Amino acid sequence: MNSEPNPIWTLAWTFGLMSLFAVGGANAAIPEMHRVAVDVHHWMTDKQFADVFAISQMSPGPNVLIVTLIGYSVAGVAGALVATLAMCGPTAVVAYYVSRLLARSTRSRWPAIIQAALVPLSIGLMGASGLILALTTDRTWPAALVTVAAAILALATRLNPLWMLLAGGCLGFAGVI
Amino acid sequence: MPPDSPPAALPAPDIPTSSALTPPGLLELFVAFAKMSLAGFGGVLVWARRSIVDQHRWMTADEFNETFALCHFLPGPNIVNLSVVFGSRFRGIPGGIAAFTGLVGPPVVIVTILAALYARYGEIDALRRILAGVSCVAVGLLLAVVSRMMMPLIRKRDLVGLLILAAVFIAIGLLRLPLPAVLLVAIPLSIAITLVMRRRVAA
Repeated sequence: MNSEPNPIWTLAWTFGLMSLFAVGGANAAIPEMHRVAVDVHHWMTDKQFADVFAISQMSPGPNVLIVTLIGYSVAGVAGALVATLAMCGPTAVVAYYVSRLLARSTRSRWPAIIQAALVPLSIGLMGASGLILALTTDRTWPAALVTVAAAILALATRLNPLWMLLAGGCLGFAGVI
Repeated sequence: MPPDSPPAALPAPDIPTSSALTPPGLLELFVAFAKMSLAGFGGVLVWARRSIVDQHRWMTADEFNETFALCHFLPGPNIVNLSVVFGSRFRGIPGGIAAFTGLVGPPVVIVTILAALYARYGEIDALRRILAGVSCVAVGLLLAVVSRMMMPLIRKRDLVGLLILAAVFIAIGLLRLPLPAVLLVAIPLSIAITLVMRRRVAA
């Protein structure tokens, strides 16, 4: 059973590949991250995954930095850097070439068609993210209630999400959840 | 929060018609993207738009929407794609790298520090409780984004779109199938269906 390769390599190719499949952005790739980190490689527990998601949502910068946290838990600072570069690098190269290609060609109708076709996919993926995270996070009634309340508040008001995250932290600290 | 409102739904403020009086330099690109990234609690997109369109006037609102639409349909983190596409448009590959490092570099330092703190103190009871509370809210915010994105499909009574959405949701969320396998089936299928539907509308 000791044939596990160097975890840095595993991080690099796992997230490098995921980068190219992350249709709909970082939050749509969360089920895949969860599958890989919790179920396949056992890098972290369900609870730790939920924690890491919470930390990434509270931090400044793009949401994709959840992979930085996963990478760190696997292999320290080196793991954090490798995971981040692997998740951002390949798609950045693709973006560069595609944008040059499109800049040259005349208005093709393909981008619009592909985009229209991908929208339902990415919403489905993000919905799956929501489900998987809710299953790990909302294990008690008050917890589920806070999730629902946050969703409704976010839909109905223009309240800065950061305040809601802080309020959630306070409720948690107070032992409500 | 994800930069996920579809590009068409972005509010378009008063549109200055000419953009990019002077193209930004490498350092300027780095600083601008670092600033918007660090300001971007809860989504960098809003700040990117404010900085690029309103503040620096490097792009018009339309140019920005077009660029973002491109980055939205490419795989990977949208805003990362945007930084590369934007930076390279003005300064070639070095520009793309400058914008990318600005966007990702400083927050990676912060997040790595947080990761180290979590690894060290994550077991402390008070911190566990706080994080549990924060993740409840974070999940709620994500669910809000998902429902907001679903609204246009529901309003258009786009049954096919909703069906594809549901199929992907079941395959990934309930059956927990690997993402590459699901996408290799779902993407061609969805594109084919979209093509057929458009033909039928056109006919």
